[in-house]
Amino acid sequence: MPEQLVFATEVFLNGLMAGVLYALVALGFVLIFKASGIFNYAQGVMALFAALTLVGIMEGQVPFAHLINAIFGTEIHHFGWHVPGLVAIILTMVIMVALAWIVNTLIFRHLVNQEPIILFMATIGLAYFLEGFGDIMWGSDIKKLDVGLPQGINLWIDETTFNIFDYGFFIDNLDIVATVVAALLVVALVIFAQYTKQGRAMRAVADDHQAALSVGISLNFIWVMVWSVAGFVALVAGIMWGTKSGVQFSLSLIALKALPVLMLGGFTSIPGAIVGGLVIGVGEKLFEFAIGPLVGGATENWFAYVLALIFLVFRPQGLFGEKIIERV
Amino acid sequence: MKYKLATAALAAVVAAGPAMADLAFSVLSYRTGPYASNGIPLADGQVDYYTLINERDGGINGQKIKVVECETGYNTEKGVECYESTKGEGVLVYNPYSTGMAYQLIPKVTADGIPLHTLGYGRTSAKNGKVFRNVFNYPANYWDGASHAISHILDVNGGDISGKKVALVYHNSAYGKEPIRTLEELAKKHGYELSLLPVDHPGQEQKSQWLQIRREKPDYVLMWGWGVMNQVAIQEAANIRFPMENFIGIWWSGSENDVKPAGDAANGYKALALHNLGSDYPLYDDLQKYVVDAGKASGAGDGVGSVLYNRGLYTAMLSVEAAKTAMEIHGTSEITPAMMRDGMEALVMNEEKMTALGLPNFGPEFEVSCENHGGNGYGAVSQWDAAAGEFKLVTEYVQSDQEVVQPLIDEDSAAFAAENGIESGC
Repeated sequence: MPEQLVFATEVFLNGLMAGVLYALVALGFVLIFKASGIFNYAQGVMALFAALTLVGIMEGQVPFAHLINAIFGTEIHHFGWHVPGLVAIILTMVIMVALAWIVNTLIFRHLVNQEPIILFMATIGLAYFLEGFGDIMWGSDIKKLDVGLPQGINLWIDETTFNIFDYGFFIDNLDIVATVVAALLVVALVIFAQYTKQGRAMRAVADDHQAALSVGISLNFIWVMVWSVAGFVALVAGIMWGTKSGVQFSLSLIALKALPVLMLGGFTSIPGAIVGGLVIGVGEKLFEFAIGPLVGGATENWFAYVLALIFLVFRPQGLFGEKIIERV
Repeated sequence: MKYKLATAALAAVVAAGPAMADLAFSVLSYRTGPYASNGIPLADGQVDYYTLINERDGGINGQKIKVVECETGYNTEKGVECYESTKGEGVLVYNPYSTGMAYQLIPKVTADGIPLHTLGYGRTSAKNGKVFRNVFNYPANYWDGASHAISHILDVNGGDISGKKVALVYHNSAYGKEPIRTLEELAKKHGYELSLLPVDHPGQEQKSQWLQIRREKPDYVLMWGWGVMNQVAIQEAANIRFPMENFIGIWWSGSENDVKPAGDAANGYKALALHNLGSDYPLYDDLQKYVVDAGKASGAGDGVGSVLYNRGLYTAMLSVEAAKTAMEIHGTSEITPAMMRDGMEALVMNEEKMTALGLPNFGPEFEVSCENHGGNGYGAVSQWDAAAGEFKLVTEYVQSDQEVVQPLIDEDSAAFAAENGIESGC
């Protein structure tokens, strides 16, 4: 096989892996949009908040330590224990469920049947609040996240491809784990949405709040449930991205990577988020590999958004999104 | 009667106004947002030094320092708003700690007659004081940094790097592109092969760049990054098993924040340094006594001695020394921004002065003049020791290749002067 084709194959595989990580972020947006018609601007911050909480619990960090110390003149920072990763993940999930309940009780139950733009603006406010709250609660220093996920080159793939192509492919172990987790997550979410009572209720709420209420579906329960599931997806995304770069406040910017994925895959389709992520991941990596050197590089963000714009022109609902027909 | 009392009280407040004569120093901080982890120690270092001068010395020659802090969130527009809203308080010097803000503020400070200090960042050619009269970038700039990195590579290769491959991984912004021209000129001089790998903001995804590095196998990788780009790059370098001792970052890619997420894998990573590291200096004992233990620290006191805290402290120290120089020149302790500019332009930092301040060998020696607002271009190389959890200087301060850097500064500043109709001169 020609050398450039071998390299392109490696880039293609890494693009798929990167796409899975984008899709993980996009999934959270899709879930909430599907259930409530809300474009959740705070999804990136939720991933940040979940990851901050996870590290804080694992490290035995005292929440609001700086605030407590400033008010009471104490010097407490840590409880002095370390919590195992799995237990910390469960405890973080409990906090994300509590957050979902608070968000619904304090914000969205008061905005039932409001215009989508009102709900969107509320999520902007939520994003700013949550970012500041996370800062006060856990501090803004960069934290190393280690829940035991493998990281670094996969030696088996490296050796196997070396024997075949005389060039060992680089595939990150963390990306392989992310792919497996994302696949399991999508299967679970699709089964949940299509085949469970709560899932069907969620879709009914998405279609029409008032109609769903009129047939006895509890809007509050469904919204708390959906925000909890979105919180779980945010936690998974936060773990994957936080393991790569450390848990820090720029983690909230991963939402930028999800936008073109959503435009491509559609805002209402769970498989669409995955397919959109893969298309963007592979497309941007191959474009950078083939065209990047000719135009000075750094084409990835540009490519992702241009591709999304093209889709907006020709297929505004995305690949798998529902066509919205407004009757006047 | 009540009216008279109120008037008298108001008059007393106005008459008591020593605050009006306080020396105002700006701290354009970013304690929030994506770069907060870097912005907090930078701001704390500055504020704590000013607090120390007030608490220990009673201010500068009897004049108390007033810190005018404004939160920018590392957002250029907010930084400009901060400048506009605080300049009326008589701020003597601005240090925005952002190249984007520095570019926006250059024409404003020039028009307003307020000095701008961009320590190791901002517009490199501002070193030419004949064109950029209100802008100072001592003790070193990005082009000095590019030269320091190549000098270090020359040193470890016995002075010959012809045929070697050097890759630059850089933030795809004005900041990240700064060293390219210098590295190209140095490549002509030393015969190495340069490849350029831009990374889009914010830099969380760098797989393409590091796959390319793995394919092309450069001997050395240089990095001009900031924030999350640094942490991801160091992790990716570890993933592809790039030798860390051959990976050198600019001083904005060399703090504890950048290496800690990668853990032990970051051991051996190198970064350029503008100043010394750690807290083993007599001044830090005073800092502990008068500021931290007294409960007057800007932060929790846990960042004291970190790389970026030291940078903030170094910036404040240079501002205070420039203010003292301005007072000597003008024979008054009530200086104005214009007088401060004169002080900055006559600043001399030598070992004797730094030792007297309790900061021996903390920074390079340099002199500022009308022609030279950037110092003498000295810098060092530091290396991360993961076991000890600290960066350590591994070289002496060395001067950049002035034969290459100075003509570039002259050329760029001349172009700026022509573009803006500035008559160059002292």
